[in-house]
Amino acid sequence: MKEPRVELTKKNTLNLAFWTGAWVINVAISTFGSLLLWEGNTLLTVFVILLNFLVGIGMILANIRHLKGLDELQRKIQLEAMGIALGLAVVAGLSYSTLDQTNIISYNAEIAHLVILIGVTYMAAILIGNSRYR
Amino acid sequence: MKNKIKVLRAEHDLTQEQLAGKVDVSRQTINAIEKGKFDPSLPLAFKISKLFNMSIEEIFQNE
Repeated sequence: MKEPRVELTKKNTLNLAFWTGAWVINVAISTFGSLLLWEGNTLLTVFVILLNFLVGIGMILANIRHLKGLDELQRKIQLEAMGIALGLAVVAGLSYSTLDQTNIISYNAEIAHLVILIGVTYMAAILIGNSRYR
Repeated sequence: MKNKIKVLRAEHDLTQEQLAGKVDVSRQTINAIEKGKFDPSLPLAFKISKLFNMSIEEIFQNE
């Protein structure tokens, strides 16, 4: 028998949260571990980065499963949010990079700034999308 | 697109949650369709019409 939509969405969301949490913890370990815990141990650093990559793939697969489990309106909200986040990331990211290359900003344009922008834009777009169809 | 889902739901004594469960979507989707904020796909429109034993044209009307 087919699983009810609400239960399936809840299960897939929890699964995605688990993989995202694991990936975030792994990013922290691979970033700070090589600086603070095992400085100079290249083999361990490479192993942790590879593990991080594999966990990242798990997170992507969990996201795909999550999207497949949504109904058509929820998918539309997700699609619009992803479109806005991706578009803004490309446009703002390239502008930001150009500002750095032309030395208009004094600090370096880091990829982490772009990731934060994508995350904030995506969350805002999801909230706006949900309120639009409420 | 206008529709009679709210009326049909009342006639069949169904909550949004119950109708959502029967056609395998979220309650939010049923609510958005009822309010005319979201147009359902053809497969979902067929599911709804089958559930109420009516044709799609009897439930959904183009504005």
